[in-house]
Parts: sequence; structure tokens; C-alpha cells
Amino acid sequence: MEEMQLLDAVERYIANEMPAEERAFFEQLRKTNPEVDQLVVEHTMFLQQMDRFSDWKQYKSTLHEVHVQLAEAGSIQEKAPKATIVQLWKKYQRVVAVAASIAGITALTISAIAYYFAPKPASEIRLLSQELANVKINQKRTDQKVDQALMNHTPSFRPPANPKSGGTGFLIDGKGYLVTSSHIVADADSVYIQNTKGDFFKVSTLYVNKQTDIAVLKIVDSRYQPIKILPYALQKNTADLGEEIFTMGFPRPTSEIVYNRGYLSAKTGYNGDTSTYQLAISANPGNSGGPIFNHSGEVIGILSSKQNTAEGVVFSSRTKNIFTALHEIRKDSTNEDRIKLLLPSSIKGLDRVQQIKKIEDCMFMVIRY
Amino acid sequence: MKTDPREIALLEGLAKNDRQAIETIYKQHYNMVQALIINNNGSTDDARDVFQEAMIVLYEKARSGTFELNCLLKTYIYSVCRRLWLKRLQQQQKFVSNIDVVSETVPVEDELEAHGQRNTEFQMMEKAMQHIGEPCRSLLEAFYIQKRNMLDIAGHFGYTNADNAKNQKYKCLMRLKKLFFAAYKNNTP
Repeated sequence: MEEMQLLDAVERYIANEMPAEERAFFEQLRKTNPEVDQLVVEHTMFLQQMDRFSDWKQYKSTLHEVHVQLAEAGSIQEKAPKATIVQLWKKYQRVVAVAASIAGITALTISAIAYYFAPKPASEIRLLSQELANVKINQKRTDQKVDQALMNHTPSFRPPANPKSGGTGFLIDGKGYLVTSSHIVADADSVYIQNTKGDFFKVSTLYVNKQTDIAVLKIVDSRYQPIKILPYALQKNTADLGEEIFTMGFPRPTSEIVYNRGYLSAKTGYNGDTSTYQLAISANPGNSGGPIFNHSGEVIGILSSKQNTAEGVVFSSRTKNIFTALHEIRKDSTNEDRIKLLLPSSIKGLDRVQQIKKIEDCMFMVIRY
Repeated sequence: MKTDPREIALLEGLAKNDRQAIETIYKQHYNMVQALIINNNGSTDDARDVFQEAMIVLYEKARSGTFELNCLLKTYIYSVCRRLWLKRLQQQQKFVSNIDVVSETVPVEDELEAHGQRNTEFQMMEKAMQHIGEPCRSLLEAFYIQKRNMLDIAGHFGYTNADNAKNQKYKCLMRLKKLFFAAYKNNTP
């Protein structure tokens, strides 16, 4: 009860509702009693707080009333002045912006990738034109080379087309004397020879013997470079039965040399002809006139014919017939040619590949027109 | 910048809780604030809350006796509302960078800090009032807020005499003070 009275007194003191006498007494009490003083201070603060709180509440309610009143009067627009879509736009602007930029970046990336991997028609056309230019340049070069080649081969040295027949011939003297089969050069208007490099040389016929099927030719072309020493020799003795032999010739229309090998199957030829040998070797038209070598690189004969009724039977003229031919050439006093024969074969003992390499240069394709 | 005398008059009116002054300010500036709030992710309700809080800041300023704003009332209100709204957006953890400034602003941080402090005090008081329950709340409100006299209150609340009412009021007041000071001590370091 005392506390209640005290608080009441404090309230009246703060509100300044005390008569002067009581007030003096109370102030005296405040000075002597710190608890009372404390209560006064505390309650003063609390009442101030209450006052301000009440003011605040009143002010707030006034604000609220004013708001409602003004809204009803239409002085302020309660409704949002903007449309919902605009509000939504405002709300999601950022999300939309982020989404749009992601979409944009994706689109750009995809198009970049597409551009990178897609075929590029424009640049390909350019490449093509460059290639065309290259082709043109190459064509020009080829033309130049052909022209140069034609310049080197003077037209007079290139025989006309359509030769009547062809065969094989081989040198017996490096100065330009060859031996071939007589049937190749018989009834010829003109005879040319072609070496393995494709060069043509004109030749004249020195001697023809249809019996032994031997012909001796002489190169009459100034471009011919004489060969000093022939690698092979001519065999003087008779060859032995079963001796291994090989030949080279031009059975193809091009000047491509073809090698073949076989053996001596009989010492006599067709129907016991003693001027020929019988050979077991594969031979084709064009091999005619080709030399028959034994293993030491000596010429034992000249390939001449093959028997139609038997398989693999080939006949060759003997080397002896060449000596005969040369002897007859020397006897002819009008002839100034001095054919010298080299006797030892220099390719003896070499292996076949080396032998062929050395012989090759002395082999010619004989072409009859 | 010298404050317009008419605006000073308005602030003086605010300090006295003059309805006319409140209405005038409301009419002049509410729509601007509403546009600001709505353009920055807010609703009309948000606009009302923010504007009224700004009015309270203004009221406190007027009550403290300073009527010098050093700028236009409009600029002041705009700055306070912008600041308040930014703070509220941050509390809601909404995705905001910076509210684009459409009109000039003045620094209002100090005022808002003081306002925040008082606001918590008022909220403590309000909370304490709610906690003491009826009829204590009505009784105290009648005495301290509506400032009616004890006799009147006794008649209104059905107490046989003023002393009874006084007795009741004392009990209620003690409880309120207890609640309020407990909260107050907790909130002031």
C-alpha cells in the first residue's frame, strides 16, 4: 500500500500537481532517501516514454486516417498507376535480362561453331581457282618440255609412223655395225634402229644373207656416239648341248628390252640344218635378230625363227655365219668398212644382272619401213 | 539552402499533430513516393508504409525543434523513402542492386538511425502493452494516452470508486514497467 501511495506521490510530483508544502516535504524526502530519488528518475523517464508513445500512436492514427480520407477523396491514387504487365516487367526485368543474355551468348556460340564447321563455299571456289591456275602453269611447263623434246629430236630423225615390222639387233663393232636377222630388213624401204632410251638412228644395210638369215647393218646417223669397247664377244667354237643360254629382244612395240633364258636343246636346226641350233627358250615376234648368249656372255647365235608345229622350239643362226658374212664384206673391194671384232668377253664371270646392264646399251630395236 | 517558410510552417504543424499539415504534405508528395516504391519491386501497401514512416521521421525532426531541412521538403522525403525502401528490400533479401536515382537525394543516415532507435523503443512499449492484457491495457491507455481522470475511468470501467480504479491501475502499471524495463535493458547495451 505504501508503495502505491509513493508512486502516486511521484506521479503527482512529476505532473507538478503537489501543493507547495507537500512538494517541499517530498523534495526533502528525495534528498534523504536515494531509493525515492531513483524511483522519481525512473518514473520520469517512463512517463516521458509513455508520453512519446502516446503521441506517436496518435500521430500514426492521424496519418492512417488522412491516408484513407485522401484515398477516398481521390487526391492520391491508391491503385497502381502502372499496368500489371509493366509491374511484372519491372519485377522480372533482371531475370529476363539474364535469360536474354544467356540466350544471346548461346546463339552466338552456336553460330560461331556452325560457321567454323560448316563448309565454306566462297573460299573453296577460291582454292579451286588457285588449283586451276596451278594446272594451267603445269600445262605450260609440260608444253615447254614437249617443245624442248621436239627441238632435241629433229623431225628428220623421227621416222614416219606405221613401220612394216620390227626385230632386234646388236652391235658387233662399237663404231656402229650391227647384226640382225635378214628377214627383218628384207624388202625394206628404209631401216631405223631405236635404243633403249628411245633415240632413233638411221641405218643402211651392208650385207644380207637369206640362207643363213643374217644381215649386217651400219649406223649412218651423225648423232650416234660410238662405243669403244663392247662388253661381249662372238664365240668361235660350237656350243655344247644343254648349255645354258639367254637372250634379249624387243617383242613389244615400245623400245622396252625383254630378257629370256633357256638352254641349247640340239646342235642342229630344223630338219638337221647344221647352220642353226635348236633352242628351248620362249620367243615372240620381235625377238628375231636377238643375240643368243652363253653364260659367260659370248654370242653363240642369232635368234631367227620358231617352229609352229612344236611348242618351245626356237632356231637360231650360228655365230659362224657372222664370221662368214664379215669375210664376204671384206672381200668386196668397193667396201671400205673395216669391222673389228673383240674376242674376249669382258662380262665373263659377272652375275646375270650386271651382264644385262652392260649388254643393254648395245641392243637396238630394228624397225623396217 | 534556406528552407521555404511555408514548409517550416508545415513542419511546425506536424509537431503539433496538426491534421491540416499532414494532409497537405500527403497530397503533395505521396504519389511521388508511391511511384518510387512501385517502380522498384514494391506494392501500394509498401508505398503507404514507407511514406508513413517517412512522415514519422519528419514528425520526430519537427518535435526535436529543428525545422531547417537545408533542402526542399520533397528532396528530403524522397531521400528518406529511398533509404527506408532499400533497407526493407535488404531485409527481405530481394534481388536489388541500387534504386536508380531519379531525383537528387540528401544524406539522411543520422536521422534514420535515431528514428530506428526510437522505433524499437516504441515497439517495446507496444509489445509490453499487449502482454499485460485486458483490462490493464485499456485502463492504462485511458489514463496515460487518452489522459482521462480517475473518476471518469472508474465509471467507464465499472469500478465502485476512484480508489479501486487507482489500485487496479497501480498493479497494471507495475507490470507494464516491469515488462518494459526488462525489454529496455535487453535492447540497450
